[in-house]
Amino acid sequence: MKTKAFEIIPILTLAALLYSCGGSDTGQMITGDAAQQVYVAPGEYDEYYAFMSGGYSGQITAYGLPSGRLLKEIPVFSQYPENGYGYSEETKPMFNTSYGFVPWDDSHHIELSQTEGEFDGRWLFVNGNNTPRIARIDLKTFETVEILEIPDVAGLHCAPFITENSEYLVSGTRFSVPIPQKDVPIDTYKENFKGLINYVTVDPEHGHMDLAFQIEMPGFNYDLARNGKAVSHGWSFLTTYNSEQEHSLLEVNASQKDKDLMAVVNWKKAEEYLEQGKFTERETSYFHNLMDEGSGIVNSTERSSTRILDPKECPDMVYFIPVPKSPHGCDVDPTGEYIVGNGKLSADMSVYSFSKIMKAIEEENFDGEFDGIPIINYEAALHGIVEKPGLGPLHTEFDGRGNAYTTFFISSEVVKWDVESKEILDRQPTFYSPGHLVIPGGETRNPDGKYLVAMNKITKDRYLPTGPELAHSAQLFDISGDKMKLILDFPTKAEPHYAQAIAADKIQPNSVKFFDIESNTHPHATMGESRSRVERDGNEVHVYMTAIRSHLAPDNIEGIKLGDQVYFHLTNLEQDWDVPHGLAIQGATNAELLVMPGQTRTLLWEPKRPGVFAFYCTDFCSALHQEMSGYVRVSPQGSDVPLKWGLNEELHNDEEAALEFQENARKLANNQ
Amino acid sequence: MELRPNSSTSRWFQLAAVIALAGVFVFPLWQITLEAAQFPGGLQMHIWINKVSGSDKHIVKNINILNHYIGMQAIHPESIPELKYFPFVAYAMMALGLLGIWINKVWYYGFWFLLLAILGALGIYDFYLWLYDYGHNLDPKAPIKVPGMSYMPPLLGEKDLLNFYVKSYPHFGGLGLGLAVLLGFASFWTKWKFNKMQ
Repeated sequence: MKTKAFEIIPILTLAALLYSCGGSDTGQMITGDAAQQVYVAPGEYDEYYAFMSGGYSGQITAYGLPSGRLLKEIPVFSQYPENGYGYSEETKPMFNTSYGFVPWDDSHHIELSQTEGEFDGRWLFVNGNNTPRIARIDLKTFETVEILEIPDVAGLHCAPFITENSEYLVSGTRFSVPIPQKDVPIDTYKENFKGLINYVTVDPEHGHMDLAFQIEMPGFNYDLARNGKAVSHGWSFLTTYNSEQEHSLLEVNASQKDKDLMAVVNWKKAEEYLEQGKFTERETSYFHNLMDEGSGIVNSTERSSTRILDPKECPDMVYFIPVPKSPHGCDVDPTGEYIVGNGKLSADMSVYSFSKIMKAIEEENFDGEFDGIPIINYEAALHGIVEKPGLGPLHTEFDGRGNAYTTFFISSEVVKWDVESKEILDRQPTFYSPGHLVIPGGETRNPDGKYLVAMNKITKDRYLPTGPELAHSAQLFDISGDKMKLILDFPTKAEPHYAQAIAADKIQPNSVKFFDIESNTHPHATMGESRSRVERDGNEVHVYMTAIRSHLAPDNIEGIKLGDQVYFHLTNLEQDWDVPHGLAIQGATNAELLVMPGQTRTLLWEPKRPGVFAFYCTDFCSALHQEMSGYVRVSPQGSDVPLKWGLNEELHNDEEAALEFQENARKLANNQ
Repeated sequence: MELRPNSSTSRWFQLAAVIALAGVFVFPLWQITLEAAQFPGGLQMHIWINKVSGSDKHIVKNINILNHYIGMQAIHPESIPELKYFPFVAYAMMALGLLGIWINKVWYYGFWFLLLAILGALGIYDFYLWLYDYGHNLDPKAPIKVPGMSYMPPLLGEKDLLNFYVKSYPHFGGLGLGLAVLLGFASFWTKWKFNKMQ
């Protein structure tokens, strides 16, 4: 995005200079009460949670609004040595894919679960762009609990857009590729490359994801999507670019046509076809990784088939509508009637009317077809055009009062306009070049039009410099009045693309303070200090360790040998709020662990040399945290040091090992 | 207005006393609150006639974790014998109270409320001994030792104990017990007054 934009800027600089209403004034006036508006006094809470994707970090960050304070980074698609996510034995399978273990990704779009077109505060979904995946975060624990791979697509940018009752997460392939994959010349794009639109169901009770079906589409770049709501519920809208079907120098070659196409999908119709069995089953491979709630262990399963619907054999399921010049976002207003196509290289913005689309379909008012998919007449479907709103429209959100807010990347501003009249009402510069924007509930039937956050792609001089790599910059606007008022500027982690914000009271009351240890079903949990122990099974050693203020048990371990694989299963026995314990072991080449109260986590440690190695708690848990440590003795391979473990001299002996030790000693004595 | 008890007034008072006494099975006798900066809302420990509980189900465990730093003994409600036999004493007093309604004699009402008052006082004294023992009988190997410091919570009232501000007051169950004594006295007094009027 960034690189591409930098290259567009010189081309359009002249245009921007000539552009009468695109002037961004960096000498922004801040009115006197801005500080009061964003000030959240010590001990008080923010009104909203804002969940921002991390872009190249692969994670999600949670911020409070209006303060802009970072509350948490939630690890999703990237390993997180800070707490052992993706390193612990329990969480490693979360990264299993058909490509093997992929411990990183590029996360773009946040979708909160919805019930009847409103956020319900249960789950958060986010896409992995590079290795196509969708993750689910449980908002009771703010933990990633599920990742589903999407088979056969490339670059799952257009994801995971949710329907108004969380029936489906809709996604499309950003890069068309041969499907199924095959070894073909790249210049056979037009004949061999295909796109897919994917529908993933969300189990209403547990949130579990399942790939329901995929629709085979022409080989375009499927960019962004939204689902209909209220009147348009049952339909999906997906923008595409590169309808030129080029495969090289896309910035020029994919920008030639006056209009690209927006896909309009009737998913209720697709369900009917599915039920009638009008799909083809195709062999493939993709992974579903799900965390078990009781044990916290991720179970990874490979799935091997997918159901494909072909629009040529399923009439009335998919249509196209022309959209001016390489559209990016397509956004549906709270009533579900209007769909905004943000043609990022266009001077105007097209707003479509759902009822007109339906009428055009009914009257078969088509302008030909593409690969058997009817193209709806552009004018017939149009509600109207927002004329010369700015340069480089990317994304639009709504305030629930009939207004839309669109970000303009090139002219670096947010523009407020009236959806019904298409009249421009206000414009404010942002610093600099916004991508997405978010209004709490801005995607839902019932937005809370109080604040708007613009997430900028360029930071430059906004904060104290930190070398060449800078944090991204976000700007908070008060949009409760006629004019948008800039009230806060705050740096954000990695590169947030989309974000969603939700009233805190939909999440705060359900937030788990600690895990109930009685519900811990981990097979290696140690339920009480008296049960802590060390067991050997060949060269595998299992340390059943407990943590409670302020000691680890056992804290002295002997009888480990070089070549052993030592599994530390640490159970945090605390049952109080905010008492995590950590475990760091010298020589661990993977990570440390952070274990929440009531939880069990396992770290594999493979000693590299004989000696005595320290381990300790990494979370300052109590007044005697510095004392919370221990030693593990490593002996050379083949040595006869018996397996021993203990706490405060109550060393427990492995009987068998002790007997063996005695017998060896006796033999040795007899020989002498 | 002159109080003119009729023939059943004392019986009603006695019934009310028994009901108030039954409150010890519904509410805690005593509440000890520990307040410190790190514990928003404080830690509430509830002492019942037959158990020790708290503002959440892990409170005793969590107080024990904190207490071990200063060498206080862990509170193990299952090894406190009073929590096992006190309920039977309470049941017995309720039975004797109900018997009083049937007997309906001034001497019996007097006997009952005095017995209850003495048992209540003994219970509070016993509670005091436990508090004293917990506060003074400290592990010599405790990580934190403050010379001359003991950690006995107040029996009634408020006190600073290191980082905690400790409040100790009767809860509804304890107040019910006190009320039962007063109501027992009322049945004795109304009966005495009624007899004098005859």
